[in-house]
Order: sequence, then C-alpha cells, then structure tokens
Amino acid sequence: MDSRAPSVPERGPRPGRRGPGHRFARNPRALAGAALLVMFFGIALAAPRLAPYPADAPHLLATLHPPDRAYLLGTDNLGRDILSRILAASRVTLAIGILSMLVSLVAGILVGAVAGYAGGQIDAALMRLTDVVLAVPVFFLTVAFLALFGPSIPGLIGIIGLTAWPPTARLVRAEVLALRHRDFVSAATAVGASGGRIVVRHLLPNVVAVIAISATLRVGLAILTEAGLSFLGLGVQPPAPSWGNIIADGRAYLGIAWWVSCFPGLCIFLAVMAFNLVGDGLRDAFDPRLVV
Amino acid sequence: MLRYLTRRLLLMIPVLLGITFIVFALLAFAPGSFVSLMLSSGVVNPDAVARIRAELGLNDPWTVRYLHYLGALAHGNLGRSIVFDQPVAQQLVQALPNTLVLTVAATAFALAVSMVAGTVSAVRRNTLLDYAAMLVAVGGVSIPSFWLGLMLLLVFGLGLHWLPIGGGGVTGGVSGGWAFVSHLILPAVTLGAELAALLTRLVRNTLLDVLTEDYIRTARAKGLAGYRVVSRHALKNALLPVITTVGVQFGALLGGAVIIETIYSWPGMGLLTVTAIQQRDLPVVQGAVLVFAMCFVLVVLLTDLMYVAVDPRIHYE
Repeated sequence: MDSRAPSVPERGPRPGRRGPGHRFARNPRALAGAALLVMFFGIALAAPRLAPYPADAPHLLATLHPPDRAYLLGTDNLGRDILSRILAASRVTLAIGILSMLVSLVAGILVGAVAGYAGGQIDAALMRLTDVVLAVPVFFLTVAFLALFGPSIPGLIGIIGLTAWPPTARLVRAEVLALRHRDFVSAATAVGASGGRIVVRHLLPNVVAVIAISATLRVGLAILTEAGLSFLGLGVQPPAPSWGNIIADGRAYLGIAWWVSCFPGLCIFLAVMAFNLVGDGLRDAFDPRLVV
Repeated sequence: MLRYLTRRLLLMIPVLLGITFIVFALLAFAPGSFVSLMLSSGVVNPDAVARIRAELGLNDPWTVRYLHYLGALAHGNLGRSIVFDQPVAQQLVQALPNTLVLTVAATAFALAVSMVAGTVSAVRRNTLLDYAAMLVAVGGVSIPSFWLGLMLLLVFGLGLHWLPIGGGGVTGGVSGGWAFVSHLILPAVTLGAELAALLTRLVRNTLLDVLTEDYIRTARAKGLAGYRVVSRHALKNALLPVITTVGVQFGALLGGAVIIETIYSWPGMGLLTVTAIQQRDLPVVQGAVLVFAMCFVLVVLLTDLMYVAVDPRIHYE
C-alpha cells in the first residue's frame, strides 16, 4: 500500500491542521508497515524470477538439508527448497487474503448500508443476523465445514469472507446512520434520487476511510485464518505450497529440522504485522477514536 | 434481576435449537459418512452395511432423524459415538474440563500480562518501555498461534527440555501438582498470547483516558501516592472494557483451542472434535458443537452479569 493512498481531498485550506496523509507519513510504525507491504507485494509479483529452484522440485540427495549457500532457508523432507516454496506461497497467501477481504467487504457494506439507510424492521433483522454470525464460534464451524465438504481455494475464500463481514457491516451502518439525516442527503432525496443511488453515490463515498481501515485489518486476519486452516490440512492442498501447509510439513521434523516450520511462520507473522501496522496507521491518521 | 436472568436463560433455548438445526443439516448433506469410510477400508459385506445403516437410522430422511435427535436430546441423551461405542456425553464430560482449564488458564495469563504491561505503558507513556510494549502488542495479534506453539515447543520442549511436549489435562492421567501445571504452561501461553496483546493495548488506551479525569486529579491533589492513584482509582475504572473484550474474545479462544489442542495433544474438546470430524463420528461432532455453542452463550451471559458487579451504575430489569 502506498503511503499517499489514504489522503482524502481537503476541503480548502485549514490553518494549523494537516491532512490524514501527512499524519500517516509522520507515523514511523505505519511507514514501517507500508514498507513491509510493498516488499511483500514486490516479492509476490517477482516470485518466479527470485526463486532459485522450482517450488516442487525434489532434491533427493539433500532432504532436510539445513540452511546454507545452496539452499538459503534449507530443504524439507522431500528435498524441496524452502525459500522457493515460500516465494511461490506468497502469491497464494496474498491472493486468498485480499480476495476474501473483498468478499467480506462487499457483504459488510451491503448489509451495513441497507440496514443503516432502510432503518426500522429491516435494520433490526439485519443487525440481529450480524449478532448471530458474530456470536458463532466461527473458526470452529469453518473447520467443520471444510473438513466435511472438502477443502478448495474458492471455498476457502468464500468461507473466510462470508464469516468475517459483521464488523464491517456494523461500522458502515453506524456511519450511514450518522450521515442519513444530513442536508446533502435530504437534497438528493428532494431532487428525486432513488434510495440505491443515494447510498452508492452520496453515502458510501463518505465512508471510504472507515472501509479502507477495516479492509486493511481484515486482510491480516484473513491471512492468519488461511494459515491456520492450511496448517490443519483444510486450506491450500499440497503439493501447492502455502505458508500454513509448509509449517505443517515441517511439524513432524521439528526436532531435527526446525527451519522447515520456522521460516514460513516468520513470513506470516511479518505479513500480518505489516497489514496491522498500516491499518492502525490509517486509523490514527483519520480518527484515532475509531474502534475497528 | 431474577426476571432478567430467567428471560436470558429462556432466550438461549431458541439460539441453541437453531444451532443444532444448522449443524444437523450441514452434517446430513456432507459427503462421506462413517459407513462409506468403512467401505473404503475394505468392509464389503452388503448385509453388514445394510444392518449398520439401519442401526444408525440412516435410512430415514434427515428431517426425521433430526426430530429423533431432538427427542433424545430432551431426555439428556446425546447419542453414542459410532467409533468408540461410548455415550457421547461421557466423551464430552471427559474433554470439556480440559478445554475449560486451558481457556481459563490462557485468560488468566493474558490478564496478568496485560494488566502489568498496559499499566506500565500508560504510566510511562512515550518512553522506550511504552514503545517496546506496544510493538510486542502489535506483534502478539499478528503472530499465528499454531506457529508460536510449535516454536515454544521447539525451544522449551525439544531444545531445553524444561517442559513436556504434549499430553496432560485434568483427565489425562497426569498426577501431581507440577506435572499438571507443566503440561498446561505452553498451551496456555500459546492460546493466551493474542488475547494478552489485545488487552495490553486496551488497558493502556483506557487508562490513558481515565488518567485525565477530574477525580484522578482530585486523588493526586489529596496527596495519594502515584501507584495508589493508579491501582485504586484508575485501574478499577479501566476494568469494564477489559471485561467486555474478554467476553467477546472467549469465542475466539475456544476456536483457537481447536488448533492449540491438536499441537500439544491436549485432550480437550478441540482434539475430540477434530478427531471425530476425521472419522466422520457425527454424533460426537454434533454433541461437541452443541457444547461449544452452549459455553459460548453462557459466557456472553456471564459477561453481561459481570458488568453489574463492576459498574454499579448498570442495572438490568
């Protein structure tokens, strides 16, 4: 994520106050997170060029080989180069993280905007639904669902996205409720704009900051969920590499080959931290009091 | 108060009914069953298969089976485990205390760490100590718990041999105080790490707000010692959001236990459920989900009741 991305057009000069973009750029932790993110996306894009070996090429004479100059991060029990597998996995992991974030974002915005704008019984029903989804031990049900119906990447994206939308829905609803009776909405209604048009053209643009913050933090959470599921064997299926399933591969050899499990976990940790730092930075830049 | 409690307890019934229905429907439409697993492992006598199907009631439509299940449930009968030929209730009774011990220990760990770290951070705001604590807090919510578990296992179990690498539990046949505690330490720390990080940040931020209030200035003006102002006046008022968060996060903790228990072979509900799912032992899965949901709903209620204890301004009618 670019550090200039969150800046919102200022409404005329305000003496003595700087915009959110400036506040973000002055925040060292946010900048560190942004730098990490740029690095991870760069790595994911350039993965095939950077990888020293094909991700699933077995080097049968070098199984469980410790890190050295030939295999920078060592090899696993089949002699596959860990660095190459981590690089290949970065694409899978980031893609699942971002796509499932988009699913949860669309669902959350839809539910939140409709509930906030429609109000009344529709609002009550949708918020009850949100509470129920929020109250279910989600990870537990996800495990059960994937175990019973079989893991697949689209299924993974769908289920991570469709269980993660309630916080976004609540945020969007709260913002829409606060904006609904403002003059510009009345004006739009007065000139005959339909409900859908008011929500899409007038309300949602005012909620973009909140959505961006929430979305950034969601990606981190989604990556963690995917890693956990892949670790349990319910996420990305071998031989396709994912950071979570490489850790699972190394689990049986933990005592004799720590490097197999250690490095992919470090990648998950850093990637999730990068998203969290950027998300926190965005929140501090826009509105430190916001609870996302 | 009593009326409120009754109403809340009664409200739990439709929620739990809904959950049993969803789980039952999910399981009924899932591909693969205990019978098909048996067939794939070489049992091919068609008579035996037909007899087992009939015994398990698999020839009825799933709606009929659901009604049978509810009827048995009303009599406190959760069915029998297909794989172990044991009442499901017996298995759950053995597993549940272990999961509760684990989650409570994890919560206690998280509270202890966050109270100290959060308070120090707030009181020593913008010092190196504060920055360090906040960096660890961001790290704590970013770290994958199962990886943390494996790494702790690697260092303290396999490397230093300080702590056992798995097993234990209330019903796991481990006797003696230290043996029990030593098995509990790594899983509890692993499970509690994320909550500790969340709460540290929360305690710090709440305390920073509270410390600017008038009554804190009054307490200081009275000449109370700094630590007394913080411990007696400020922390007490920072407790409410902490309790809420612990309540809300308890579900995440239960979900986390599913992974942590499989890493440390901790004989709790998580391990039981994962094994039962793999073996398609549906009665056990249904029972486990029901108990999980029940714990969850009860904790939410408990959290609401705790508010009253902590904040005298809150009343339930």
